[in-house]
Amino acid sequence: MSTATATEARTYPAYSRNLAARLLLNREAAVIVGLVAVYLYAMGNVPFFDGPLTIFNLSKEYAPILLMALPMTLIIITGEIDLSVASTLGASAAITGVLVVEHDLSLPLAALVAILVGALLGALNGFFVAYVGLPSLAVTIGSLALYRGLAEGLIQDKRISGFPEGWQDWPTERIGTSQYPNILIPIAVLVVLFALLLHFTSFGRGVFEIGLSDEAAHFSGVNVARTKLVLFTLSGAVAAFAGVYVALKSNSVATDTGNGFELKVIAGVLLGGVSIFGGRGALHGVVAGVLLIAVLNSALQLDGQGSEVIQIIIGLLLVGSVIASNFLPRIRALIPRRAAASTTAPQTPATGDETRKVSQ
Amino acid sequence: MRINSKRFAAGAALALVASLGLAACGSDDNGSGGGDGGDITVTFLPKNLGNPYFDTSDAGGEKAVKEFGGTYDEVGPDTAGPDAQVSFIDTAAAQGIKGLVVSANDPTALCDSLDAARDAGTKVVTFDSDTDAECRDLFINQATSEGIAKVQVDMIAEQIGDAGEIAILSAAANATNQNAWIKLMEEELKSHPDIKLVDTVYGDDDDQTSFDKTAALLADHPNLKGIISPTTVGISAAARYLSTSKSKGKVFLTGLGTPNQMRDYVKDGTVKEFALWNPADLGYLAAYATKALVDGDITGAEGDKFTAGDLGEFTVGENGSVLLGDPYRFNAENIDDFDF
Repeated sequence: MSTATATEARTYPAYSRNLAARLLLNREAAVIVGLVAVYLYAMGNVPFFDGPLTIFNLSKEYAPILLMALPMTLIIITGEIDLSVASTLGASAAITGVLVVEHDLSLPLAALVAILVGALLGALNGFFVAYVGLPSLAVTIGSLALYRGLAEGLIQDKRISGFPEGWQDWPTERIGTSQYPNILIPIAVLVVLFALLLHFTSFGRGVFEIGLSDEAAHFSGVNVARTKLVLFTLSGAVAAFAGVYVALKSNSVATDTGNGFELKVIAGVLLGGVSIFGGRGALHGVVAGVLLIAVLNSALQLDGQGSEVIQIIIGLLLVGSVIASNFLPRIRALIPRRAAASTTAPQTPATGDETRKVSQ
Repeated sequence: MRINSKRFAAGAALALVASLGLAACGSDDNGSGGGDGGDITVTFLPKNLGNPYFDTSDAGGEKAVKEFGGTYDEVGPDTAGPDAQVSFIDTAAAQGIKGLVVSANDPTALCDSLDAARDAGTKVVTFDSDTDAECRDLFINQATSEGIAKVQVDMIAEQIGDAGEIAILSAAANATNQNAWIKLMEEELKSHPDIKLVDTVYGDDDDQTSFDKTAALLADHPNLKGIISPTTVGISAAARYLSTSKSKGKVFLTGLGTPNQMRDYVKDGTVKEFALWNPADLGYLAAYATKALVDGDITGAEGDKFTAGDLGEFTVGENGSVLLGDPYRFNAENIDDFDF
């Protein structure tokens, strides 16, 4: 239903709105505005927020969250979820640590092995979800424990440290004299790749269609099972890459490395405007959502707030955003359509309001 | 993989605008790391918040900071993960805090952040749990293994009248620190010829196992006069067993424990005296050591001397570590002064 010919042939009521309205009246824009507002407010009012360490530290700390949020976005848009990402990250960090420190493998090789294993772990999730047909919530709660167990089996109660200096420093060194650590380079590349995949390919359109209806997607020619398998595999591989980064960043791997990251990732994705029911979302919103949590967290910490206050505020923000996402479409449906009707006078009557979602 | 060129162009334009925006933000660092004059800001970063042990130590630190007129703050994670403390160190560094007092959850995971903090001019003092020596300026050591071994042998010797059979209730058989202490205690016992160590059993730091092992010890050794348990889990389980057995008052129990676990048993007479360090003194000393570093009185080199308020003068030892002193003995007279 969202092939190029269909969108050109039909005139959806939404298209009668002008470009600015379409760009500004959505969840993503709201999150970006929120991010900019918090950032500017913090620059002006929070002591030391404008210091040279703030952005650097924030990027360093939220890099793994942002990485894992990318494939998570696609998975949640299909209406599934992957709770095992943090455990995959832990397993990958453990594999990297054991191979490099205990078996003297070179880091790139160890990282490659870890990422391949991560992809395999993701594919296992994907297989159970896509081909066996089990709910992803159940499957990945299971693998959350299973993959964490894998990490524990590999390193037991030891703590692995002592990665080779050069590699260990690279991810957290600054790009030139900027405030940005090197890890942002691969992140930027992955953001672009995932944005292209989701928003500019037929695979990406399939992802949205699956989220709206598995069956409709299947009958319109989307290979639902394969798409899900690919997404979970990507999620495993990216989580494993984040695991290598975390191992190098802290120069230390323990069984609880990355514990609890999955909830931060999902919080960022949902805050970024992705519908937990699937079918709706955009990658730039998710990037802004993760950054909003990061900036808010950093600003509140610098302001001297305790972690309980920070958690409450971020929790409220998340709950608020979920509630708002229920009201925003209704408000939007009320105001701009009248405006549009009076200014541009669309040819077609305002029917098919529900299908508008699809074409976004 | 067909690419929709119109949307791609829009996306590219958006990315360009965003990157311009970010670049504009990035160029805005007119460093304010200078701090605000003479005020000594000291931040305590325990392994996690809401832990009575660290509440006590940090209260000691707060007392010291107030004494020398600095500004005290305490921050920390809710749970003790290996790099949960990183963001707090980063924040302290960005705030230009003068001194950071850390109990490290992980000896290496914090190093990068601590190094960045020290580069930014923050003095870093570890207490309770050290990091690698090159990542901090000073480590405040609560007790040496020799001191821990000696105080336990001294206490049991005093309680049983320096003669009779004793046994040790340890944690796991392969626990490194336990075994080091047991070895040193055996050395120490050589100067007590009438005390005979008849058995060493392992309760695996599990309450029920320790409880059962205590029962077995008493059954196996009818002449047993004393038990040393150098683990907080072991000593409280043994005390619980003894408090309801007919051996209460005949078999003496001592070791390492915390006041909250042992309070009831000290009050009902099961346990006369046990030892641990005083966490409040530990925090107090750490705060004064931080002040000495910030003031430039010491650099953390071996042999440096500084005064820590009521606790007197201390000398920096090997590897930039400062020893608090002998372990602290808790008994019926002082146990109510502590809550941890």
